[in-house]
Amino acid sequence: MKALKKILVVDDDPYILMSLEFLMKKNGYDVMIARNGKEALELVEKQLPDLVLLDIMMPDVDGYEICRYIKKTAKIKHAKVVFMSAKSKEADIQKGYDLGASYYISKPFSTRELVKKVNEMLL
Amino acid sequence: MNNFVAILCALFYLGLLFAVAYYAEYRLKKGRSIINNGYVYALSLGVYCTAWTYYGSVGQASTKGIEFLAVYIGPTIMAALFWPVLRKIIRICKTQHISSIADLISIRYGKNFSLAVVVTILCMVGIIPYIALQLKAISDSMNILTGAAETGTGLKNIFADNTLYISGVLVFFIILFGARSIDASEKHEGLVAAIAFESIVKLVALVAVGLFVTFGLFDGFGDIFSKAAGNETLKKLFQFSESTNYTTWTGLILLSMLAIIFLPRQFHMSVVENVKETHLKKAIWIFPLYLLLITFFVLPIAFGGTLLLGKTGINADNYVLALPMQYGAKFLSLFTFIGGFSAATSMIIVETIAISTMMSNNIATPLLLASQKFKAKGDGQLKNPILNIRRFSIFLIIALAFLYDKLVAQNFSLVSIGMVSFAAVAQFAPAVLGGIYWKQASQKGAMAGICVGFVTWFYTAVIPSIAASGFINAGIINEGLFGMGWLKPFSLFGMQGMDSVTHCFFWSMLFNIIAFVSVSLYSNKSAQEVYQADIFVDIFRHSAKPDINMIWKGTAYLPDLNSLLANFLGNERAEKILVNYANRNKISLDTKKADPRMVEFAEKILGGAIGSASARIMVSSVTKEEELTIDEVLKILMESQQIMVLNKELRKKSVELQKARDQLIDVNKQLQDIDKTKDEFLNTVTHELRTPLTSIRAMTEILHDNTEMDEEQRQHFLSGIIKETERLSHLITQVLNLEKYESGKQQLNISSVQLNSLIKEAVASIRPLANEKKITTEINIPDTIFLVQCDADLIMQVLTNLLSNAVKFAPEKGRISVSVHNNLDGLQIWVEDNGKGIEPGLHELIFDKFFQAKNQNLRKPEGSGLGLAICKKIIDLHEGSIWVNSEINKGSKFIFTLPLN
Repeated sequence: MKALKKILVVDDDPYILMSLEFLMKKNGYDVMIARNGKEALELVEKQLPDLVLLDIMMPDVDGYEICRYIKKTAKIKHAKVVFMSAKSKEADIQKGYDLGASYYISKPFSTRELVKKVNEMLL
Repeated sequence: MNNFVAILCALFYLGLLFAVAYYAEYRLKKGRSIINNGYVYALSLGVYCTAWTYYGSVGQASTKGIEFLAVYIGPTIMAALFWPVLRKIIRICKTQHISSIADLISIRYGKNFSLAVVVTILCMVGIIPYIALQLKAISDSMNILTGAAETGTGLKNIFADNTLYISGVLVFFIILFGARSIDASEKHEGLVAAIAFESIVKLVALVAVGLFVTFGLFDGFGDIFSKAAGNETLKKLFQFSESTNYTTWTGLILLSMLAIIFLPRQFHMSVVENVKETHLKKAIWIFPLYLLLITFFVLPIAFGGTLLLGKTGINADNYVLALPMQYGAKFLSLFTFIGGFSAATSMIIVETIAISTMMSNNIATPLLLASQKFKAKGDGQLKNPILNIRRFSIFLIIALAFLYDKLVAQNFSLVSIGMVSFAAVAQFAPAVLGGIYWKQASQKGAMAGICVGFVTWFYTAVIPSIAASGFINAGIINEGLFGMGWLKPFSLFGMQGMDSVTHCFFWSMLFNIIAFVSVSLYSNKSAQEVYQADIFVDIFRHSAKPDINMIWKGTAYLPDLNSLLANFLGNERAEKILVNYANRNKISLDTKKADPRMVEFAEKILGGAIGSASARIMVSSVTKEEELTIDEVLKILMESQQIMVLNKELRKKSVELQKARDQLIDVNKQLQDIDKTKDEFLNTVTHELRTPLTSIRAMTEILHDNTEMDEEQRQHFLSGIIKETERLSHLITQVLNLEKYESGKQQLNISSVQLNSLIKEAVASIRPLANEKKITTEINIPDTIFLVQCDADLIMQVLTNLLSNAVKFAPEKGRISVSVHNNLDGLQIWVEDNGKGIEPGLHELIFDKFFQAKNQNLRKPEGSGLGLAICKKIIDLHEGSIWVNSEINKGSKFIFTLPLN
């Protein structure tokens, strides 16, 4: 049996974390959560997730930084990055894609759409 | 020393002066004027210091003590008034093409011919003896230098007299530099440079003698002064005693204050030769400094002279030269002689130019014009006659001075003749100063004042000296005119206790002023006078605009004016000047009849060349004039006044418009700024709304799509939804509150509030939160009951806000406290926690709206980011203040103040 795909969810809002953890597990992924940037960097390093759901605005290290780190680090640079952010300005979105993100979804978003996208990406 | 060497040196020095003057003119031609410079101007005013200063001061100091200083204190005081007084005179003279003090007075008083003549005569009578004095100083010093016997009085040995030849050379020099151009109001570049140069030479020479005496013959100042103190004669001079005459001091100071402006040579250098008004600003301090320097060594030289030569019978006036001579300093003696020579020549040169201009313009030229019935039309035909007149005047003045020196002057000391001259020119002061500040001053008043002053001066100052020389019966001095005791020249009306100069000054000025003022008040003025009075008194207003109003009425033809000017200036130049003027003032030259402005202009140009009196005659000879009435003049003046007022109004309006425009730009910018902050605010608010919305939507979708979820998990999501909804509504309330406070819509509901219980209530409301984190709460309030005028609800809001923040930031099992501190400004309420603190750089920023949202690294899981901003608004509304004291890891202390009742 093939190993489950690993998803890392990074957000500083506990309810969002809780919801996404629930949904991703239900869709058959191996889910890890991080409540801030520091935790996220550690988990990325250790767990080598296939996909990272990444909030941008966080107390310590922001999402852009984490994405940049992922994309320049050889062993994890294949990981897909999905930004989910309250920042909805064109420039912010563009910046996300420029850093190598696969997808950028603006808050508030539909979890159904997000799940669909994730499934497509990890097929 | 050989007579020949002395003469050669003097001639060599004059040659040097020529060189300096030529160099200045050469530079001017190259376009680099050396006299267009405040320092040169200030130095040229040093012409005030004549041989009298150079030799006479020492003489005076040796006989009368420090009284000699009075005539330098006066000018020093006057220098402070240069800017208000002298600048006004300069402005008037420049705009009116005035080239002498006689012109100034006659133009002010309706271009009156007789006034100009009287002033000229007074100048001649008053000043020629003074010039003679300088010649005497030259011959005396030359005699001392060469050891020759006195040449003696009378004209017997005239051709053996060096002074004759020196005078001749001087005439030549003066003609060369003073009477070359026809326009007397033009600047004499070379002359000014030469005079400034002479000022330096005499200063350096006198200082050299001073140093020689002080450090060569004595051991410095200490030595010379202590020895002087031991000398009985000198000691007496420097003790204040009954003989110290304060009247004399006051008199001399006042007299010299007037002299520094009204002496023809001073007037010439400071007014006629002035290039820029701003040069006065330099002169204001450099000129007094110059006087200070040149008088600095007078006392040491006087003491040294008295101590060393007092018993030799050498005249104290000659100490300056005698000291280096007696002690064998040959070269210094020669240099000293040259210094004195330069002091004398500078005075002679300038004074002669000034007076010769007056003589030729006000007396000789009008006579010439009248006698020949000049209607001549020719290219520059009158130029040479007029220059010749001026040359002859120069010759005449020097000749008269020479004769006076030989025949009369030998009986007087240097100083007394100088003071008499001062008193003579002081007679112009009321007419000039009154003329430039007082519109009522009239021609008849000026004439009366000057004449009465002149006669009094003549009677009290000149008659005694004539009598003393034996020309008239000496009895007049002791017994009075016709034996009438109250007419004694030295004690008029029996006045005693003044020295002769002060006495003369006092009476002549008193009579002068009384006559001037009273006649002015009770005399009719001509239209011309009224007009000139207005121009002079309000010169700064008038000179600010071109000649828009003329008070000339009559008929004149352009060709006539043209040929009139051509007589003096030559065809080409006359034409050029007129055309330029017409273009400048937009006057059409197509008509044959001349615009009144052209007539006025032509007269001014002529006035500069031949004096106002002659110019008047010339112009009226080619025009048909009509008499203007006073009413017409007043109307013209009124109109010009109105135009000025209108102009001023316009300028004011345009300034106001500019201001309004600037304000609009400011307001617009403010609006844009407000817009920008509003945008930012909106962005942040929507951002803050998105996060809870996202969780709510996510959780709702989960609940909706997963009906088979177990009960516990279900409860979890549901309570999450409730909490996030609460967060949303809290945020919305906060935003609305803040908007309310910021827009000023919030009315304070002020009442007397017991702060103690309010605090307790607030603490009670957050206690459950604190208990969750096991945080201890402390309240430290003095027992006093604090009654505060405030809005209880709002202050409650502030307290709970700060307290819940404190709970949020305090660690598990931490501590928070509230305390009240009473001080002079009011009450301070402190809310403290022992959390991780706030870095100092953020202490002010945290009170900004959504500060957390904008500064992510401070973001906390709870709170809208508006709490502190709202607190600040509320405290602001109460006219208190709020701030934080905190350091990283040392907890935070939020403090707000409430004014006590």
